Amino acid sequence: MSVDSIFVHKMWNDTELSKMVKGGIPFPMLSDGGGRVGSVYGIYDEDAGVETRGRFLIDPDGIVQGFEVLTPPVGRNVSETLRQIQAFQIVRQSKGGEATPSGWKPGKATLKPGPDLVGKVWEVWKVEQAFD
Amino acid sequence: MADEIPVGCARPTGSVEGEPGIALNPIEKEKSVKGGPAAMIKVGKKAPDFTAPAYHKGKFTNFKLSDHLGKWVVLCFYPGDFTFV
Repeated sequence: MSVDSIFVHKMWNDTELSKMVKGGIPFPMLSDGGGRVGSVYGIYDEDAGVETRGRFLIDPDGIVQGFEVLTPPVGRNVSETLRQIQAFQIVRQSKGGEATPSGWKPGKATLKPGPDLVGKVWEVWKVEQAFD
Repeated sequence: MADEIPVGCARPTGSVEGEPGIALNPIEKEKSVKGGPAAMIKVGKKAPDFTAPAYHKGKFTNFKLSDHLGKWVVLCFYPGDFTFV
């Protein structure tokens, strides 16, 4: 979503993005001229008249599970976004019975919070795992 | 779900559900700039619903966030088309 019109979205997709992504952009490119939606999400820069690089993860119940906002010159890490969604999906599937420690990736061990784990995380999780 | 929209010379734009479809009046704007409840996004809380026109696979459609309940949604804002990053 940006403040550009759907007409500009079409031209950007057709003339440039479709050369980067086969078949063009697969998801809806949303238009927010005036920044009304961006204002409610807290990422509209009124002085510049553009939206900053906000990214929101919204779960199947419509709840915001996470967000990240960057100023324009630095791009996002899409792999990290996907990792976070995978982590939230595991937490959701387990109905909160599992949690993902720092550095968790799909396939790595989760934590099962409970009385037995209090004071014992050091036995099952090492600091190095945060940097894997 | 995402109906195709007719195209005229107007530039349709996004609107927040539950708010009037015109620019906020100055008093409301003042409130939201000062960080009233409407301006705050919090994790664990409901994402504000909105409708926005979209370009999607060759068509102009309308996107309403609440039509996508039941799925994960990644909502990305960015500064502008044809910018560099």
